[in-house]
Amino acid sequence: MKRINYTLFIVIALFLISCGEGNLNGKDAKKGTKAVWDITEDPGIGPIDKVVLKELDPALAEKGKEVFKTYCSACHKIKKKYIGPAVIGITKNRTPEWIMNMIMNPDGMMANNENAKKHFAEYAAPMANQNMTKDQARSILEYFRLRDSEKK
Amino acid sequence: MKRILKSTIAIIVLSMVMVACGPTTSKKGGSKGVLSGSQAERAYVAPGEHDEYYGFISGGFSGQLAVYGLPSGRLFRVIPVFSQDPEKGYGYSEETIPMLMTSHGFVPWGDSHHPDISQTNGELDGRWIFINENNTPRVARISLETFETEEIMEIPNSAGNHSSAFVTENSEYVVAGTRFGVPTPQKDIPISEYKSNFKGSLTFLKIDPENGLMNIAFQIRMPGFNFDLAHPGRGDSHGWFFFSSYNTEEASTLLEVNASQNDKDFIAAINWKKIEEYVAQGVGTMEPARYAHNVWDDHTHTATTTMEKEVLIINPEDVPGAIYFLPTPKSPHGCDVDPTGEYIIGSGKLAATITVHSFSKMLKAIEDKAFDGETYSIPIINYEAVNYGSLEQPGLGPLHTEFDTRGNGYTTFFISSEVVKWNIKDLVVIDRKPTFYSVGHLMIPGGNSRKPFDKYLVAMNKITKDRYLPTGPEACQSAQLYDISGEKMELLLDFPTIGEPHYAAGCPADLLASKSVKIFKLEDNTHPYATKSEADSKVVRKGNEVHIYMTMIRSHFSPDNIEGVKVGDKVFFHVTNLEQDFDVPHGISMLGANTSELLTMPGRTETFVWEPKEIGVWPFYCTDFCSALHQEMQGYVRVSPKGSKIPISYTIDEEVPGEDL
Repeated sequence: MKRINYTLFIVIALFLISCGEGNLNGKDAKKGTKAVWDITEDPGIGPIDKVVLKELDPALAEKGKEVFKTYCSACHKIKKKYIGPAVIGITKNRTPEWIMNMIMNPDGMMANNENAKKHFAEYAAPMANQNMTKDQARSILEYFRLRDSEKK
Repeated sequence: MKRILKSTIAIIVLSMVMVACGPTTSKKGGSKGVLSGSQAERAYVAPGEHDEYYGFISGGFSGQLAVYGLPSGRLFRVIPVFSQDPEKGYGYSEETIPMLMTSHGFVPWGDSHHPDISQTNGELDGRWIFINENNTPRVARISLETFETEEIMEIPNSAGNHSSAFVTENSEYVVAGTRFGVPTPQKDIPISEYKSNFKGSLTFLKIDPENGLMNIAFQIRMPGFNFDLAHPGRGDSHGWFFFSSYNTEEASTLLEVNASQNDKDFIAAINWKKIEEYVAQGVGTMEPARYAHNVWDDHTHTATTTMEKEVLIINPEDVPGAIYFLPTPKSPHGCDVDPTGEYIIGSGKLAATITVHSFSKMLKAIEDKAFDGETYSIPIINYEAVNYGSLEQPGLGPLHTEFDTRGNGYTTFFISSEVVKWNIKDLVVIDRKPTFYSVGHLMIPGGNSRKPFDKYLVAMNKITKDRYLPTGPEACQSAQLYDISGEKMELLLDFPTIGEPHYAAGCPADLLASKSVKIFKLEDNTHPYATKSEADSKVVRKGNEVHIYMTMIRSHFSPDNIEGVKVGDKVFFHVTNLEQDFDVPHGISMLGANTSELLTMPGRTETFVWEPKEIGVWPFYCTDFCSALHQEMQGYVRVSPKGSKIPISYTIDEEVPGEDL
C-alpha cells in the first residue's frame, strides 16, 4: 500500500514537473527563506536600460509597498515562496534593471531571458503582465531595497 | 345565442384552416433538398471567424434576452433580465436581488417580449437595448457595452405590458402600454363593471441621453381597450407614436369571441410632442402610485431599488389635438411604421387584408376634421380619410411587418405559417416563403428604423413539431434565417432558441463589438466590501454576522482557511475578482448555502450569504474553470457549535494575508 502511494507520488510529481522542486522537496524547501536569486549581472530585456541607485528613499519605498500590495501580493510574499518566488534578497543579487524589466515586461522576459525562463520553469504560474508603469516598477524596486536592508 | 353560434362556427372554420395548414406545410418543409449547398455556405461562419450581425432574441416566458450571431445562429450569451439566472448568480447575489424587486415584492420570473435598440436620428446607435415585461409590467434597459441589465422600471396602473418597449427616433422616450385593462387606480369592484371603470394606460418613459436612466414622464389614461403593439413615427411622423388596440368592445370574459365582434378596432395615434407641450404648461395631475425603480451601478457593482411614489396622469380630454383613433380592421396586432415614416401598417389578426394608413393623409384628415365621431373624448378619424390602401388576401393571420430599404414590407402570417414580401406603394405581393411553423414576429436588423440593414430576415416560430430531434413533450421553438438581398427570399438556416423567441432586434456587429467591455477596473470599484488586494483580505465578526472579505485570483482564494464560524451565524462572502485580464471570471459556491453560485467578472465584487446549520468543516470552490489549477482553487470553513469560544481566524498558506508586508 505504502509502495503504491509512493509510486503514485512519483507519477504525480513527474506530471507536475513544471511545479518543480517546491513540490518534490516538500515543506522544507517551501517554507525555507533561502534566497532563490543567484547572482548575475543580467540586465534583462525590456524598457529599462539603466537605473542609477541612490540612497534608499523611504517615501518611494512606502509607495512601492502599496503598489506591491495591490498588484503583486496575490502571488508573491516577501520571505516565503508562494505562487511565485519570495522576493527577499532579490536586490542583493539581481540588477535593478532586471527587476524592473521583469515587472514591466514579464511576457518578453519569460520568453527570451534565460534567468526569467529558469524561474518560469520552476513555478507553475506565469507571471501576469499588469501593465505596470515605469514609476510603479521603480517604487516596487525601492520597497524591495527597503526589505533587503532590514536586519534579519 | 345567435352570436355565440356564429362565433363558434368561425372558430371551427379557423381551427380547420390551422389544422389543414400545419401538417401539409410540415411534409413539404421536411423534404430534403430545400437548401442547396451554396445556401448552406451563406449561413456558415467558419470556426474562429466572427458573425456579421448581432441578433438579440427575447426569451418570452424565459424572461431573458439571448444574444446570437447572424448569419450563423450561434448562441453567445443569455442576458438575464426579468428572471433569476443561477448560472450567473443574477437575482441570487445580494447585489442583484434588488433588480427583481417590484411593488409586489421580489418577483423571480418575468415574461420578456420586445427588445428595441436605442436610436439617434432614426438610426440604431447601439447604446442600449430596451425590453418589456408583460406579466409584472416593467421596462428594462440593458447596456450594450456590458451586455448586462442596468435598469428596470416598474409601470404602475398597468397590466399586460405588451405594447412596449419601443423607442422614439432619438431615444427621447421608450413606451409601455396596457394590454389588459384594469381599474385605474386599482379598486375592489365587480369585474362586470369593466366598461368605463377599466383603463388602458399608455406610459412614456423619458430616457436621459447621457446615461440612459429612465423616468416616467407621463401616463395617458386611455379607455380600457387592449393596447397590443406600438411603433414610433420617424422622419415626418417623428413626434407621434402609434399603438394598436383590440377589444374596443371592452369585454372582460371569453375575449376570443367577445373581443372579436367589432368590424374595426383602433390604432391610437399619440402626438407625444404636443403632450410634452401640454405638460410644460402644467396640464396633468400628479397621482399617488407605487412602483419600483431598480438601477445597477458599475462602480459599486450593486443595484438599488427606489420605490417611486407618484405618476403624472394625462386624461385624453385634457390634451385636445394630441390623440386620435385610426379605425383598423379586425383586432389589429402588429402596428409598424415604414422607414420613411409615411406608412403605418396595421395587421388585423382576423382580417384577410393588411391595412396601410398614411401619415400625410392623417394630418390632412385632422386638419379637415374628417372625423366619425369620438369615443372617450378621442376623435375617430374617418377610415377612408386616413387609409392609404389594403393588401388584399396576402395570407391568413397577419401579425408583424418589418421593412427593407427598397420600399418593401415583410409580413408574418401565423395561421398560414409564412413570410410574405410585398411592395407597400403598389400593394402587391412579391414573394412568399413558408416558415416552420406558426411564425410570430420577424426581424430585419434595423427593420424598424430609418435605416434597415436589409440583408437578412429572422422569422421566429412558436411551434416546431417535427423540425428537430424530439426531446419529450416540450419541443424547442425556433428562429429561421432568410436572405432577403434578392427579389425572392431564400431560407438559409433553422436554429432553436431559448424559451419563446418572441421578438428580436439586430444590428451590424461592428456597431457593438469594439466597445464591448472586457474587464471592470479594480481602481474604479467602490463596492463597500471590495477587497482590492490579497493583503487586505480578512474576516470580520459583527455580532452573529461574519463578513468574509475574500479575493480571487488564479488559482486561489484568500483567505482559504477560516475558523471561528458558528452555527446560527449569517456568513457573508464578499468576493472580489482581482483579475484584470479579459475572459477570466471566477466563481464560488459553498456546500450548504441555500443560494446559487456567483460568477464574478474581473474587477467586480459580489456577495452571497450562507447560514451554516451544521457543525463541521465545509469546502468552497471556484465554479468557473479558470486555469490549469482550477480544481486547486478551493478552501474550507470550520463551523463550530453555537456558543463556541473559538475566535475568528483566517489564513492562506498558514499566514494571515498581508502580515509580511
